[in-house]
Amino acid sequence: MAKKQYDTPMLDQLESGPWPSFVTGLKRLAKDNDMMVDLLGQLETSYKTKKGYWKGGTVGVFGYGGGVIPRFTELKDEHEKPIFPDAAEFHTLRIMPPGGMHYTTDLLRKFCDVWEKHGSGLIALHGQSGDIMFQGATTANVQIAFDEFNEMGFDLGGAGPAVRTSMSCVGAARCEQSCFDEARAMRSTVNNFLDDMHRPALPYKFKFKFSGCANDCVNSIQRSDMAVIGTWRDSIQTDDALGKKWFAKHGMDELVNDVITRCPTKALSLKNTADVSKAEGISSVALNDSQSLQIENHNCVRCMHCVNVMTGALAPGKDKGATILIGGKSVLKIGATMGTVIVPFMKLESDEDFDALNELGQNAIDFFAENALEHERTGEMIDRIGLVNFLEGIGVEIDPSMVLHPRANPYIRTDGWDEEVEKAEQRKANAA
Amino acid sequence: MTEMREPIESGVPDHVQYLHPLMKKNYGNWKYHDRPRPGVLHHVAHGGDEIWTVRAGTQRQMDHYTIRKLCDIADNFAEGHVRFTIRSNIEFMVSAESKVAPLIEELNKNGFPVGGTGNSVSMISHTQGWLHCDIPGTDASGAVKALMDELIHEFTHEEMPNRVKLSTSCCEINCGGQADIAIVIQHTKPPKINHDLVANVCERPTVVARCPVAAIRPALVNGKPSLEIDEAKCVCCGACFPPCPPMQINDPEFSKFAIWVGGKNSNARIRPTFHKLVASGIPNNPPRWPEVSAVVKNILNVYKADAKPWERLSDWVERIGWPQFFEKTGLPFTKYHIDDWRGSRATLNASTHIRF
Ligand code: HEM
Ligand code: SF4
Ligand code: SF4
Ligand code: SF4
Ligand code: SF4
Repeated sequence: MAKKQYDTPMLDQLESGPWPSFVTGLKRLAKDNDMMVDLLGQLETSYKTKKGYWKGGTVGVFGYGGGVIPRFTELKDEHEKPIFPDAAEFHTLRIMPPGGMHYTTDLLRKFCDVWEKHGSGLIALHGQSGDIMFQGATTANVQIAFDEFNEMGFDLGGAGPAVRTSMSCVGAARCEQSCFDEARAMRSTVNNFLDDMHRPALPYKFKFKFSGCANDCVNSIQRSDMAVIGTWRDSIQTDDALGKKWFAKHGMDELVNDVITRCPTKALSLKNTADVSKAEGISSVALNDSQSLQIENHNCVRCMHCVNVMTGALAPGKDKGATILIGGKSVLKIGATMGTVIVPFMKLESDEDFDALNELGQNAIDFFAENALEHERTGEMIDRIGLVNFLEGIGVEIDPSMVLHPRANPYIRTDGWDEEVEKAEQRKANAA
Repeated sequence: MTEMREPIESGVPDHVQYLHPLMKKNYGNWKYHDRPRPGVLHHVAHGGDEIWTVRAGTQRQMDHYTIRKLCDIADNFAEGHVRFTIRSNIEFMVSAESKVAPLIEELNKNGFPVGGTGNSVSMISHTQGWLHCDIPGTDASGAVKALMDELIHEFTHEEMPNRVKLSTSCCEINCGGQADIAIVIQHTKPPKINHDLVANVCERPTVVARCPVAAIRPALVNGKPSLEIDEAKCVCCGACFPPCPPMQINDPEFSKFAIWVGGKNSNARIRPTFHKLVASGIPNNPPRWPEVSAVVKNILNVYKADAKPWERLSDWVERIGWPQFFEKTGLPFTKYHIDDWRGSRATLNASTHIRF
């Protein structure tokens, strides 16, 4: 039995209604947990005054410089005594989940046991950064709880100017659109940078994210410094039986209005099956005994729309891999920026492919560490120095897929033109 | 002193050990899926194996009793394997269709709504707020709970033109992220500086460097080194507050909510887009933020009625144009909607393309 709970008339109003209530959960914990009694007291105060009362500090575990989010109460009386002393320290452990966030019930119960014993019992699955957030530990218990999680095979994630916890989509585990082994790529990449994660010494945070296709279910393009997004180079695969099944159910209106006209590059057309082009780069799927949907694959930008709508009838090609984009980030300080293409395509199948991905990450982080200003993200750095300088710094060659269109102003000194043309010819020769 | 334990720097654990056996067996080998009903996915592998997934909403910030309850349900009505989506929905995987209905019934009985798939409004991606952050202008979990109560029908049904992702953020850093509809704190007054504390608490050059509009300069105030803000320049972003808590940006009255629409990270159809400001000045009104819910529901209703199948919010606005968006939603268009940040000229209409 814990101490008596405070009246929480504001929070109580969040107990009614059909959505699961976190307040009811907090109160359940508070029945035998003084920290939660006081947490509810402080939270109710915030609801009344519309003010937050946490401040940061430095709390960590032995051997690491980050991964714990320290929280100390600032709600104090005139003698500087915390008004809710049992929640005066309420730190969070960021623990990295497995890729795709898969669990057995056995594992989740073990997490609960540790956190019931050493923490508040409150667990967020998951933070937007991708961590399991074990919320509410005293300073003294942070190390104890971490040791137990660590012995279970789990490790702290990132915080501060460091490589951060990553995410990968469910992908290969249960999605037909998957173009590479997302969880493997995530694990091998992050585990290659554990020193940069656990001992923060970069100019600012650096995030990787991994999505198996252009649907980008983990929002890598907007939320990560280095986004790895699955794609393919050859033709969309087709299945006539499923194509006919889809068409029988959905009909011509939906085919025309929802599939063909929605292709961003007009790569789709309706054909009499006898007239489907036999040219290279064309694939097609049967709709009925006489008509087919034709795909001009050289003009398909792998946007995923038609593949989403006609799942199974259409599928990513066989020559799969990933596009790499660098520089995505949120608002601070120049405004939100998306990642932009750095590598149009790389295979991600063999061990060597994964090594190449790691090497690219390593080069990007090394360049970032040396050239970014303090508190500057990769996107801001590229904005400041220009893409070409960044590419030269990380040893990546230019490619027209990196731009939406060429320069639209003449403010450039071009006396190196002939040399650059030679390089372009050389690139072409190398690619051939 | 006792010997400190060295951490085992094991990093990300191997996910394979936690996969449902059918997911392990058919890893990278799925053929297609369909949705027998809202909240249920049915995936078929190339070899013919089938797996059913039941998705349910959670409160994200969960007490261990709730997690144990979900584990009991997973053991008794599913097959002991679960996963979470990035919007904190839990997914139960089962190998037989016959297990789906009893699992749904048990989830509903225990207060977990089943849905969030396909063309529904999924759980709101959100942040920490007053519960745990050191810089919040509002709460996160509470605002989300209140709004999801109102949107429950849209979570449990698939009636929207396409999927709808929402987010909330309790400061302008926007940890909640880009979304079809994003609800973000917008401060409207410059920080109030507690000059007594600045010298001790803040590294002044760092704070000066954080400001996106160079509105902060070092100054002597009452004989003490402090900082001063050019209030005419300040855009009230709050970026100076994290490195310097005496620059108090949060204000119970003047920290408002803004609503942004049309963010999309998927590449399907049009390229990914950032969300755009459509409404602001909405009061921060705990515990249930009714004014926020009203604006969000209005936008959702208009989108639901007007958009064509497969149009995300951004696709819809791209088709109908912003003037019609403001007309149809009844939201006022103000001078604040016209961008003046860097690159803003690219957001102006440099054509005679106008809808009448
Ligand atoms: C100086 C600037 C920043 C400060 C002081 C800050 C602080 C925080 C804090 C205190 C949290 C909550 C952690 C917790 O209590 O568990 C958080 C979470 C987060 N932050 Fe930041 N942050 C900053 C900048 C950013 C930026 C620029 C981004 C986006 C690129 C970002 C993305 C996130 C995300 C995704 C989360 C996770 C939210 C969640 O767990 O739901 N932060 N940040
Ligand atoms: S990003 Fe693509 S591969 Fe990954 S889960 Fe989403 S749809 Fe599937
Ligand atoms: S995937 Fe290719 S063919 Fe299909 S809609 Fe997108 S661009 Fe068009
Ligand atoms: S949005 Fe801002 S206030 Fe909210 S958790 Fe993120 S950093 Fe904190
Ligand atoms: S609130 Fe933003 S714009 Fe205003 S002084 Fe602080 S950092 Fe500068």
